[in-house]
Amino acid sequence: MYGKKVKLRFLFLVLIIFSVILSVFLILQSLKNNVVYFQSPSEIKSLIELDKKKIRVGGMVKKESISINSEEISFVITDFKNEINVTFSGAVPNLFAEGKGVVAEGFLKDRNYLTATKILAKHDENYMPPEVKEALGVK
Amino acid sequence: MLANQIGYYSLILGLMFSIYLCRVAIRDFNNDDKNVNSKIITLSFLQLTFVIVSFLSLIMSFINSDFSNETVFNNSHTTKPLFYKISGTWGNHEGSLLLWLVVLTLFIFLFLIKSKEEPKKYRILTLLFQQLIIIGFFLFVLMTSNPFNYLFPIPPEGLGLNPILQDPALAIHPPLLYLGYVGSSIIFSASLAAVAQNYVTKEWGQHIKKWVLVSWVFLTIGIMLGSIWAYYELGWGGFWFWDPVENVSLMPWLTLTALLHCILVLEKRGALTSWVVILSITTFTLSMCGTFLVRSGILNSVHTFANDPARGIFILIFLFVLIFLSLGIFFLFHNENDKDSNNFFWLSKESSILVNNWFMMYFLSVVLIGTVYPIFLDVISAEKISVGPPFYNKLIVPFLSPFLLFMAFGPKLKWIKSKIENKRSLTIFLIISVMLTYFVLENITTDILFYTILISAAFFLFFTTSKELFFKKFNNIAQAVAHFGFSLFILSILFNSILSSEITTNIKVGERYNYNDVEILFEKIEEKKESNFNSIIGYFKITNDKGKVVRLNPEIRTYNQPITITSEADIKTTLLEDKFLVMNIVKGNEYFNIRYQVKPFMLWIWISVSILSLSGLISLFKKKHEK
Repeated sequence: MYGKKVKLRFLFLVLIIFSVILSVFLILQSLKNNVVYFQSPSEIKSLIELDKKKIRVGGMVKKESISINSEEISFVITDFKNEINVTFSGAVPNLFAEGKGVVAEGFLKDRNYLTATKILAKHDENYMPPEVKEALGVK
Repeated sequence: MLANQIGYYSLILGLMFSIYLCRVAIRDFNNDDKNVNSKIITLSFLQLTFVIVSFLSLIMSFINSDFSNETVFNNSHTTKPLFYKISGTWGNHEGSLLLWLVVLTLFIFLFLIKSKEEPKKYRILTLLFQQLIIIGFFLFVLMTSNPFNYLFPIPPEGLGLNPILQDPALAIHPPLLYLGYVGSSIIFSASLAAVAQNYVTKEWGQHIKKWVLVSWVFLTIGIMLGSIWAYYELGWGGFWFWDPVENVSLMPWLTLTALLHCILVLEKRGALTSWVVILSITTFTLSMCGTFLVRSGILNSVHTFANDPARGIFILIFLFVLIFLSLGIFFLFHNENDKDSNNFFWLSKESSILVNNWFMMYFLSVVLIGTVYPIFLDVISAEKISVGPPFYNKLIVPFLSPFLLFMAFGPKLKWIKSKIENKRSLTIFLIISVMLTYFVLENITTDILFYTILISAAFFLFFTTSKELFFKKFNNIAQAVAHFGFSLFILSILFNSILSSEITTNIKVGERYNYNDVEILFEKIEEKKESNFNSIIGYFKITNDKGKVVRLNPEIRTYNQPITITSEADIKTTLLEDKFLVMNIVKGNEYFNIRYQVKPFMLWIWISVSILSLSGLISLFKKKHEK
């Protein structure tokens, strides 16, 4: 028979392998559920089925599209090919302005309408979402 | 002009010294002399001096607004206050790399003069490995990011520093963080040298522990300052966003913390040698990876200064060389010497520290995957995703309760084999914690089971460590303070997240807004001019449900160079809660967008992290005192 030490080592090893597998499984599972996809207005237009999950839409805030009242702010995100309307009630970041890059996180109502739960603007006055750069042909 | 020349040539001289140092060191290595050739220490000192001269001359160029220097032109402006002209030196890519070099050379010099009692060959090897890193960084600075590039014709005015970086906390955040990051380079070099010399022993553990503590303390304070800055400057009212850039600084912290615990086992028992070496290598590799990810522009943030692919590739190649070198050395030279010390009972201090390490590795892998996975997916499938706070919260928070319990039990165990003592007092503490938590939480949260388990675990750790602190029953004060600080930290975070409240609205001057018995009155706005920005100050009077009045005056600043709008939150901090108000202007409209937050125990988060770093200092100075 094997000694007590070997048995203990074996148990230890099994425990480690088991916990590693468990944690990898947990991480992957939770990654699947908590990932937010980034899409441009054009990609949303071409969606066959509307996603019920939270998404991020990136683009530029269309010029003269911001309107504001005491409850909410609404504006249009454009990638210069397609547009999407966004409504948002909450705090906007510093660099949120017309003609600047913006990322809105929220839920799609339909292909033209997004209810945002969060607005992100990158902390760089020259930032442009990659899709917009491609659309504008900027390197 | 002159400062520029001096700076550039000192850098080149510094590189020459590196190469010469390596030559002298290799020759000395095979010498039978017992002590390290004193020439080596002199050379290392000279190298440090030249790098510092180079750094000072860059600071001079910034102070004098010498726009013939490209770095100064890109990052400074004549109207900037003197303080930010100086801090602008490391507020950009080139300058911050120069700071890396200063710290790298400083640490190896300190190492040489502080390690006189260590074996000679080990010291020389450490020097050689460190010089390898230093040469790498010299080449990187000189080839891809020279801070002393000329501009001709000389521009009349600079482009200015990103205004959100013009802040006192952020002026000292990079140097401190670098001391932590780069401090891990010494641990890396020393552990490789120790492996090559078969010197991973108790004595080595004692000696390297100081260096681990130094970088741990600096890294902790550095991360905290960055977090404080994000809290009041970015205007989101949180202090940690699980942003990739933040994660990148957290990862080396996790491995360093694991290493700190492992070193204890090595120091006292001479066990877990491979683990210590692996952790030392990982910590520095993660620090380098962090620099790579942040500086190469892969992660977009305030920290990304310029997107130059050559820089990214250079760091990447350098990183690979270091990783392969260290793994090679590890597998070739490392042998577990005495098997005896690796035997310990399942209930012992050693195994509890191993458990700590498992948790740390788990947290590390969560953060690592969350940070790296989006980058991979982007490269492989061009799909863009982001991994947000829910991912981290879901995976990390549930594991905190067992982690906290282990933190309470572990230190009470003895080396090799142990029994649980004081069962009665521990049970009483546990019952008190659970009951206390239940009564506190009963009325405030819906998810009561989850939070009760979590918070009572934190309270349990809090009580057991406080008992040790107050009744002075500790044999290790630094450990008690650290674990006490951590329990306070978790408690403040949890209560902060459960009890925080927030009101956001759009409001005109003179309007009132009511929500849940809280009244916000926007009294007036005032305009003010400073040398480098114009500001609009809002006057708000907020009456809470108990009739108490707070006046808060947030600002919107328009900086002239570069033209940037920032909003400065106004925060009233008291011992129990922070009141936080930030306003934004949506261009061309009379409405102001405001966010009012009440955040309990905010101050305690900073206090508890300070206690944590203090514990590191205690441990550091206690050791010195005993010797």
